[in-house]
Amino acid sequence: MMTNTSASLRICGMIPPVTEPAIDAKNLARRYGRRWALVDVSFTVPAGSVLMVAGRNGSGKSTLFRTLATAIRPDLGSASVLGFDLVRDRYDVRKAVALLSHQTYLYESLTARENLTIAARFLGTGGVDAALERVNLAARADDVVATFSAGMRKRLSFARVLMQEPKIALLDEPYGQLDPEGFALVDEVVRELKARGTTVLMATHQVERGTGLADAALFLEAGRVVPGNAAVPAAGRRQASRPEAGVPC
Amino acid sequence: MNRAFPLGIALLAVAVYCGLIVTAGEQYLHADLSLGIPSGVRTLIAFLAGLAAVSIFLGGDDLSDSSKPKILLGIGVAFILAGSYFGLFVAPPEQFMGETQRIMYVHVPTAWSALLAMTIAFVCAVVFLFRTDFKWDARMEGSIETGVVFAFLLCCQGAIWAKPTWGVWWDWDPRLTTTAVLLFAFLGILALRKFVDDPVKRGIWSAVATIIAFVDVPIVYFSVKWWNSLHQQQSSPDTVSKPFWIPLRANAFGILLLMTAFIMLRARISALRLEHELAPPPLETVGEPA
Amino acid sequence: MLIAALRKELLLQWRTRAQLMAVFVFGASALLLFSFAVGPNAEILRQFSAGFLWLGLLLSSTLTLAESFHAEMENRALEGLLLLPANPRALYYGKAIANWLQLVLLGSALVPVMVILYDAGTLRLGSLLLVIALGTAGLSAPGTLYAAMTAQVRSKQTLLPLLLFPLIVPALLASVKATSLIVLGDPMNQSAAWIKLLIAFDAIYWSLCGLLFGRVVED
Repeated sequence: MMTNTSASLRICGMIPPVTEPAIDAKNLARRYGRRWALVDVSFTVPAGSVLMVAGRNGSGKSTLFRTLATAIRPDLGSASVLGFDLVRDRYDVRKAVALLSHQTYLYESLTARENLTIAARFLGTGGVDAALERVNLAARADDVVATFSAGMRKRLSFARVLMQEPKIALLDEPYGQLDPEGFALVDEVVRELKARGTTVLMATHQVERGTGLADAALFLEAGRVVPGNAAVPAAGRRQASRPEAGVPC
Repeated sequence: MNRAFPLGIALLAVAVYCGLIVTAGEQYLHADLSLGIPSGVRTLIAFLAGLAAVSIFLGGDDLSDSSKPKILLGIGVAFILAGSYFGLFVAPPEQFMGETQRIMYVHVPTAWSALLAMTIAFVCAVVFLFRTDFKWDARMEGSIETGVVFAFLLCCQGAIWAKPTWGVWWDWDPRLTTTAVLLFAFLGILALRKFVDDPVKRGIWSAVATIIAFVDVPIVYFSVKWWNSLHQQQSSPDTVSKPFWIPLRANAFGILLLMTAFIMLRARISALRLEHELAPPPLETVGEPA
Repeated sequence: MLIAALRKELLLQWRTRAQLMAVFVFGASALLLFSFAVGPNAEILRQFSAGFLWLGLLLSSTLTLAESFHAEMENRALEGLLLLPANPRALYYGKAIANWLQLVLLGSALVPVMVILYDAGTLRLGSLLLVIALGTAGLSAPGTLYAAMTAQVRSKQTLLPLLLFPLIVPALLASVKATSLIVLGDPMNQSAAWIKLLIAFDAIYWSLCGLLFGRVVED
């Protein structure tokens, strides 16, 4: 009897909660000084899906990503990331999430390999060489980052994100400053991540490119979520409702 | 919340009765008002009740109106006027230091209040770090600023006292030196606050700096004391005989209330500023042309 | 994780070792300038030598401490490490220890300058090194914490000394006194008391600042 019950309980527990989203944001808001960069942003992202976040410069994309990565705290609202609270369980959120940021997070005076090795030591993993290989930087691995172009820095940051093996990857402008070959690399990597079950959020101005990869899209305007899609101009609309999930592409 | 202020006033009355009225009765009315409580216990009660009253005034104030601090300010000024009258005209000149000693009637209470203001800042800093409630940030700013003003006054009074007594403006007395160090440390924190725009960062950083600076106080005091003891041993009049109690204590209550009222008023200003800074976002702006 | 943090700091310092040389020259020139404030009286210079050494070290230390966060803020590398996630406490102690080692090196390098300029020689090199180690530890612990704050604000150059100088008065006092006793002779063995004070100061601030650092670097 006892074993039966506990066995069935265990089976119940093992059934993955299908409806559990990777990210469940509720009314997130963040200010810089007097200016609100993010207002009342609510959305959910199903686990394993790719969400494109689009919007003009200054519409709050980077702020949203930095908030979800716990680089900055939300001033209002809350979010659950894989069941962890964004503010209370920072450490757990960080273990699951990797952020490709506008900031490269690189030490200028160190080489590409040294930068990744430092990250690897904190992560307790290896794979530095593989990551360098993946972003085509193996030939320049022992050059100091200060000599790198913007695109190369982007690649190196990308390598770092891959090394983190995240459950959720937040890619802020992954195509920025890259060459056409780099564009293809990003596409490839995003597909790989998705195949591995990683949830990907991608902020980009390359809407067509992003649409090809994404399962859903989220549009931001002046820090708020806009319902609709890129074809419909956001101007002139009143915000009617908060989308439960992104608008399907 | 509403009962906090009357409770504080009641405690203050107890403190004033035990600390001042009984002594004044003995001195001038030759009446025993002590209710059989020995002198040492009365002093202790006065001290604790006064401290409790200040805590209740500060902690129980929701920073919503300025009438309560203004009442305290009025009472404080009345005490200071009375204390100054007794100190300047009624109390006899001191045996060894003569008229110069009268500055002690403000100097010593200022010292107590300055140190208390810094302690309050420390307490506010600790509370703010544990729960990010901006009321405590406002109180912390109020008490740091009040503490800086009092510490500055203290240094000035110390210099005024040192010149006729020792012939120099500044003496490396541990208390005076510690006050100066504390003054600069807290001025640094106020400067830090001016340079940080984000209210949360500003609150946390200044709380951290306040804790670090406050912990330094005893270390500075003892290090200066050791350092100085190799040169000379200077003593300040700690032991005050009974005729000097009344002006000293009246001023102590007065300056204590002044400090409390200043902190409350200044905290209210900070709270109003914070309210502006922490205002929720404007309701609907999406879609309106930029 | 502390080891990882320390290795990172030492690597960074090694790459910017020219900076340490520049700070040393700054400190040495400060020692040279102090002697002009007093005049060419060898006896007075010898008397003040310990004070000058520590003032020179203190002024140089603000450069070292501020510089140690320059690389972190350039591309927000510190934030990157925190998001990995790295333990903020490990990051703090890694940086504080690295800064401390650098200041010990700087202090030891300034001693010969002091000996030559002020004729303040001593054979008690072990005690002198101990005082330098303890004194610079007192600068490094709160200095690293304050540098983490001031690196993120406008006008960082003024703010760091403004916050740090009043705080380290006891450490400075004790270091100067102990160094002076070592250089000028210590018949009554008073330097032990100052060394104890330094140890107490270090113990308090190395633990307190480690506790508080996380609140400073997290948004």
